[in-house]
Amino acid sequence: MKCQHCEKPAVFHITELTGPEPQEVHLCEDHAQLFLAMPGSESEEAAPAAPSGKQKKLAKTAEDLSRVDQSTCPKCGITFHEFRQQGRLGCAHDYDHFQRELEPLLSNIHGEKVHCGKRPRTAGAEALVRAELNRLKEQMREAVDKEQYELASQLRDQIRKLDKDGTNS
Amino acid sequence: MKLDALARGCGEWLRGTGPDSDIVVSSRIRLARNLAEFPFIRRCTETQRRAIARLVRERVAEVDAWSGTEYVDIQGLGDIDRQLLVERQLISRELSKAEGPRAVVVEPQETFSLMVNEEDHLRLQVMHSGFDLEPAWNKINHLDDLLEERLPFAFHEQLGYLTACPTNVGTGLRVSVMFHLPGLVLSREIDKVFRGLQKMHLAVRGLYGEGSQALGDFYQISNQLTLGKTEEQLIARVAEIVPQLLEYERKARQTLLEHNHKELHDRVSRALGILRTAKTISSEETLLLLSSVRLGINLKLITDIDIATVNRLFLQTQPAHLQKIRGRELDTAERNEERAIFLQKHLPAA
Ligand SMILES: [Zn+2]
Ligand SMILES: [Zn+2]
Repeated sequence: MKCQHCEKPAVFHITELTGPEPQEVHLCEDHAQLFLAMPGSESEEAAPAAPSGKQKKLAKTAEDLSRVDQSTCPKCGITFHEFRQQGRLGCAHDYDHFQRELEPLLSNIHGEKVHCGKRPRTAGAEALVRAELNRLKEQMREAVDKEQYELASQLRDQIRKLDKDGTNS
Repeated sequence: MKLDALARGCGEWLRGTGPDSDIVVSSRIRLARNLAEFPFIRRCTETQRRAIARLVRERVAEVDAWSGTEYVDIQGLGDIDRQLLVERQLISRELSKAEGPRAVVVEPQETFSLMVNEEDHLRLQVMHSGFDLEPAWNKINHLDDLLEERLPFAFHEQLGYLTACPTNVGTGLRVSVMFHLPGLVLSREIDKVFRGLQKMHLAVRGLYGEGSQALGDFYQISNQLTLGKTEEQLIARVAEIVPQLLEYERKARQTLLEHNHKELHDRVSRALGILRTAKTISSEETLLLLSSVRLGINLKLITDIDIATVNRLFLQTQPAHLQKIRGRELDTAERNEERAIFLQKHLPAA
């Protein structure tokens, strides 16, 4: 069976109960990942809450969702609703235009919010400094996780120095 | 490069050499990139898609490292040729079935390829034989640098490389290692091993067959997360599990040899026997039997055939390859007969 949003094989088969009627949803791996991370999806509401509180939260979520759904990117014309349906964004600007909606989604998917990998060399000196800072911070976090405190403090000093130099220049 | 010639050979990554190539068939890395000045593919008009394809074609032609590569216009290809490229893993099924201007740039040895106008404007991939991720990363990193000097990519200060699907944003990186795991399948330990991998945010896919069902015991393991870690860290996460998986598979094979030697020897000998004598054979059955033969060669139960031959047969017995080699369209029944003839020719009795 094919994913209902794209050509890839469906590997997740979910029955959604939020609408008036139960709905069968068939998704590929990517779309399932998106579906589960989407605000208002079941995983979001699985948190235990008093029945009345949950009811209220659901109503509010639905209201928020329909407002957000109509939000439209001025550059490519995609609505957030279309993105939720198709699972694909329309242009690079969407990441800024829908930033508030995408942030929890990205956190759900990746468990992270900030890129610290490769950068285009042409992106300017400031970008390079920021990239290096991200990389060092990541290394420091790892060092702390592994209880390598000496390494962590070395990294912290490097970060401080770079941070100062970077902002002075 | 003519696609006919392509069908008769096989890519560098299938030559069956490289580190741990008895179990690790290949190492692949891909990068997803989009051009800053165009909307993502789904919102592109036909004209914009054509402009992207033309721009990429022109820029790629300027790069020395890309000289000798072939630009293949997918829109202009027939069904069999498109399927041929899918069978060789040079393009995705999605790109073969999509509409509008789209292309793939192929290096003749098939060590790298660049899909144009797939889900993202550009999908660059590097394929190496065996367990060889670090060289593969160095190679793709360099190729990406060369492209980036000529094509401005959509890049976000905080989020990194922007992709049409938020699941790929950040590095746009997918690292895949393809394993042949007949030992773990025969000993029924495979599900247990994969449940462990999924807990580590690694995806497991069968190479042939849909979903988790894998014909021929080929499995691809890849990263799921792309944001918040460096490329090296993401690659290391996949690389880390390889030695353990190799050990599990080797142990499973050893146990089978020790406790079920006769059954195992019988199984691989019968497999080879059928491949050598069948008069008509489906591609599914061929995959299953070739998998047993591949295992038999690695365990030295079969000594008169080499791994490279079997790797090549996995590819060339697939439908589009058979039709390409035969030079005409064949229906299923004809293909099954041609496949049997082809196998007999390439697996001569000792
Ligand atoms: Zn899908
Ligand atoms: Zn947009």
